Amino acid sequence: MAFEDYEPVIGLEVHCELKTATKLFCGCRTIFGNEANTQVCPVCLGLPGTLPVMNEKAVEYAVKIGLALNCSIAKYSKMDRKNYYYPDLPKAYQISQYDKPLNYGGYLDIITKEGTKRIGVTRAHLEEDAGKLVHAGGKAGRLDSSDYSLADYNRGGIPLVEIVSEPDIRSADEAYAYLTALKNILLYIDVSDCNMEEGSLRCDANVSIRPKGIEKFGTRTEIKNMNSFKFAKQAIEYEIKRQAALLDKGERVVQESRLWDVTENKTKTMRSKEEAHDYRYFPEPDLVPIILSEDYVKTIKDNLPELPGAKRARFVSQYGLSDYDGGVLTSDQELAHWFEEGAKHTKNPKGLANWIMGDMAAKMKEQEKELKGLKFDQKKLCELVDIIEAGTINSKQAKEVFSEMFDLGVSPAEVVKSRGMAQVSDPKAIEGAVDKVLAENPTVVADYKGGKQGVIGFLVGKVMQATQGKSNPKMVNDILKKKLDA
Amino acid sequence: MLEKTIHEVSADLKAKKVSSAELTKAAMDYLEEVEPKVQAFITITRDEALKQAAEADKRLASGKDITPLTGVPVAIKDLLCTKGIRTTCASRMLENFKPPYNATVVERLYQAGAVSVGKTNMDEFAMGSSTETSFYKKTKNPWNLNCVPGGSSGGSAASVSADQAFASLGSDTGGSIRQPAALCGIVGLKPTYGRVSRYGLIAFASSLDQIGPFSKDVEDCAIMMNTIAGHDPNDSTSANLPVPDYVAEMKKSIRGLRIGIPKEFFPEGLNREVSVAVKDAIAKLQSLGAEIVEVSLPASPYGLAAYYVLAPCEASSNLARYDGVRYGLRETGENIVEMYSKTRAAGFGSEVKRRIMLGTYALSSGYYDAYYLKALKVRRLIKNDYDKAFEKVDVIATPTAPNPAFRFGEKTGDPLSMYLEDVFTVSINITGLPGLSIPCGMSKSELPIGLQLIGKAFDEATLLRTAYAYEQATPWHKQKPSLRED
Amino acid sequence: MALSEKDVQYVAKLARLEVTDQEVGKYTQQLANILDYVEQLNKLDTTNVEPLTHPLDVKNVFRPDVVKPSLTQREVLSNGPEVQSGHFKVPKIM
Repeated sequence: MAFEDYEPVIGLEVHCELKTATKLFCGCRTIFGNEANTQVCPVCLGLPGTLPVMNEKAVEYAVKIGLALNCSIAKYSKMDRKNYYYPDLPKAYQISQYDKPLNYGGYLDIITKEGTKRIGVTRAHLEEDAGKLVHAGGKAGRLDSSDYSLADYNRGGIPLVEIVSEPDIRSADEAYAYLTALKNILLYIDVSDCNMEEGSLRCDANVSIRPKGIEKFGTRTEIKNMNSFKFAKQAIEYEIKRQAALLDKGERVVQESRLWDVTENKTKTMRSKEEAHDYRYFPEPDLVPIILSEDYVKTIKDNLPELPGAKRARFVSQYGLSDYDGGVLTSDQELAHWFEEGAKHTKNPKGLANWIMGDMAAKMKEQEKELKGLKFDQKKLCELVDIIEAGTINSKQAKEVFSEMFDLGVSPAEVVKSRGMAQVSDPKAIEGAVDKVLAENPTVVADYKGGKQGVIGFLVGKVMQATQGKSNPKMVNDILKKKLDA
Repeated sequence: MLEKTIHEVSADLKAKKVSSAELTKAAMDYLEEVEPKVQAFITITRDEALKQAAEADKRLASGKDITPLTGVPVAIKDLLCTKGIRTTCASRMLENFKPPYNATVVERLYQAGAVSVGKTNMDEFAMGSSTETSFYKKTKNPWNLNCVPGGSSGGSAASVSADQAFASLGSDTGGSIRQPAALCGIVGLKPTYGRVSRYGLIAFASSLDQIGPFSKDVEDCAIMMNTIAGHDPNDSTSANLPVPDYVAEMKKSIRGLRIGIPKEFFPEGLNREVSVAVKDAIAKLQSLGAEIVEVSLPASPYGLAAYYVLAPCEASSNLARYDGVRYGLRETGENIVEMYSKTRAAGFGSEVKRRIMLGTYALSSGYYDAYYLKALKVRRLIKNDYDKAFEKVDVIATPTAPNPAFRFGEKTGDPLSMYLEDVFTVSINITGLPGLSIPCGMSKSELPIGLQLIGKAFDEATLLRTAYAYEQATPWHKQKPSLRED
Repeated sequence: MALSEKDVQYVAKLARLEVTDQEVGKYTQQLANILDYVEQLNKLDTTNVEPLTHPLDVKNVFRPDVVKPSLTQREVLSNGPEVQSGHFKVPKIM
């Protein structure tokens, strides 16, 4: 069977570290990057005799996530113990949620080539993070060839929300879109730093394929160690192809966990002697149930900021932007805010949007500048937009003005004035130049009158030359036409 | 002087008839003198005790902030964390473990000015009914050194019975305070679940464990409860309810008190001496003005079976953290799994291993419903029985243990025969109700017999009241063991 | 459900307890006896009975998101069987 005849079935599990000041069950700090084992107490070290006490802010953030993902919030929720042995797990069990997660049955909309697609969110539950292991000795850094490992429990106990999607995703592109949309939502509601390099956002993928038209799911593999959305997309693409190749050969896909290897650009079996874990889940006896009132949930819901999807739709209707524009501007909450503040100062928000998405974005990337570090504000950019709209300068000049404003922070009006750029838009002045050009180019005029209307461009160029490029090109064109057609 | 009760010696301390330093030195000297016979202690903390005594004397001299425990020597079961002092749970696994923090109850004792003489022997990780599973030593029953003191808090019971300490703290998961109290002829109370903080209690079974006092009489028990009871924000399962003045409550009349006698606790074949002593005690209470009512707790005989699912299940998870990584024993291994397995094999005794395996099995995939879930449902049925009975009565009276103290080795051959020691005590842990044991007679071989009083949740006051009335009308609390052998 | 030696070996592995062949036999018998005793739970009809997980009827116990002092690194490592450069050292995981 050809590769195109398989349909990929993908589900994503995203772990999001919450940016609470303290851990889930104790008062230790959650700061990233401090010296090993300096943010640990008897509770998160799992010392004998210690007991967990739930962080109220973690619950609030978890509910925020559930609401932002259109989930139902559980009226009755509880924590459970997930029992397994690993040196980064101090109690040899993780306090998580098994059968009564805080949030369930939600969704997230993504934009694909075919339009909007809804990806189901099965659940988003609260759990504690494990510590960190560094594998050393031997081929240091690699789990499968190290001689020993070193454990640091600073990260142990930090609150996580595990967001599990329905297996509704059908391509690596869709997976990428889901991840970016999800991250954007999490940043908007300000519950996490979402920094994959620091580990505050992690994702695993469950990938399987089935022949198109067949309902039964194929065997799935779990892909781990995808440290960026880009790698996630590559890994999923690779895995789909790998599975298709296996099935084509008549072989079976083995249900297993695989790692994305960034040096070889492949997924590889995780060499492990572990059989499937029997987690022996049971309700956590050291914690009591969580019963959230409707008022509690409503208060959180009422205080949610406008989410990306809603903001995008509003930008389209309120500012006359295209869907695409709306998407770009809302892909970053700060950028969206910057645009909206700017839109107050111009009658041409579309023009403003174009500058932001075009030249401004390009120069910001080139000079590695962030919004905070810009030398100009929205008012100045709007000034430029209005100057262009008024026809004072043409588009070529505009780019120059923009550059100077971006690099030096000078106001566009200043630049135009100091460089004498004011576009000649006085019909009388232009007529003079037009008459001269018409007189100097009789053959071209004859061609035009003979039917070759396209040559007007040449004549426009000549007029622009004669006026040092300062004429309003449209006006030049109109006046030329009037005289030629007369 | 060392034969006195807390309330008697406290009066002496306040009246400056003796200083805490003198008292403590005398207590330590005597403790060490009889210790070769009693073997109640794993760690004796002479230096710390004398330091605390000196502090207590300052406090007593100032006349400010004096409690009934100020300057009084007490002992602490070796599963309560004491900062900087070895806490072993009578296991090889924690042979050199020094907690960096104090259990809440220990803090409260210290704040009251009590003097801690040492950490007492117990069954390993609180699993046992005779203190025979301790890795370190076997504690002897002061009434007959060839007999067990009961368990798991055997050391705490024996030390009070032998006047090595004025009172002690123990823990009770299935009867581990009440049964040793009965076998050693002293008062032991297991408070309502949640009455006393479990923070710093090295966990055996989280939904069953409670800390409670051993004392020479009921008033001392009330004094201890006044000190240790009350809400602790570090323990999510600790009740946020006010603590009554148990000493004041204790002296109220029992006229009209309704005492329930459940027929299931007086089966055919109950040890005759126990049956007679307990029935006599009940008759005594009747003569003091109580009303005797027959009740039935039909599901209670299943309590032991439910307990031997629930307790091992929770224990298998609570003891998983002993893996040689962060504290405790570590045996070398080629890799981590080998290290875990060898460490745990070497660190735990066979009773502990049995219960871990039993619990692991009952929680494992496929068996959860049949065992753990079933036991939780039976738990509900047993609770319903007690709730129903307590509509008709205020207190329930039963034997504490099915027999007086037995000889070493008598029950160690068959685990099940040892488990049956708890048959009258476990259903109280399962339901979370408070239970108190008070001496009510002697066997022909001069071994104590205990009466168990069971109360409504958070109604320790009624238990103390009932016990006090009985005690004041009987001679048992004045009897002292002779530390004889047979 | 008769408990077999294979069950005990599986369970010992799950619980990370090394057991010798000798011990397996002994434990199998003892555990089987206990499970036999526990079977009597099935004599009780528990249809429609809600499990009782917590003896205390308490809900919603929380603490505020306020930083409290942690242990020092030295205290954290103080009971460590093997420590190296501020970490707990363990043998290889694979």
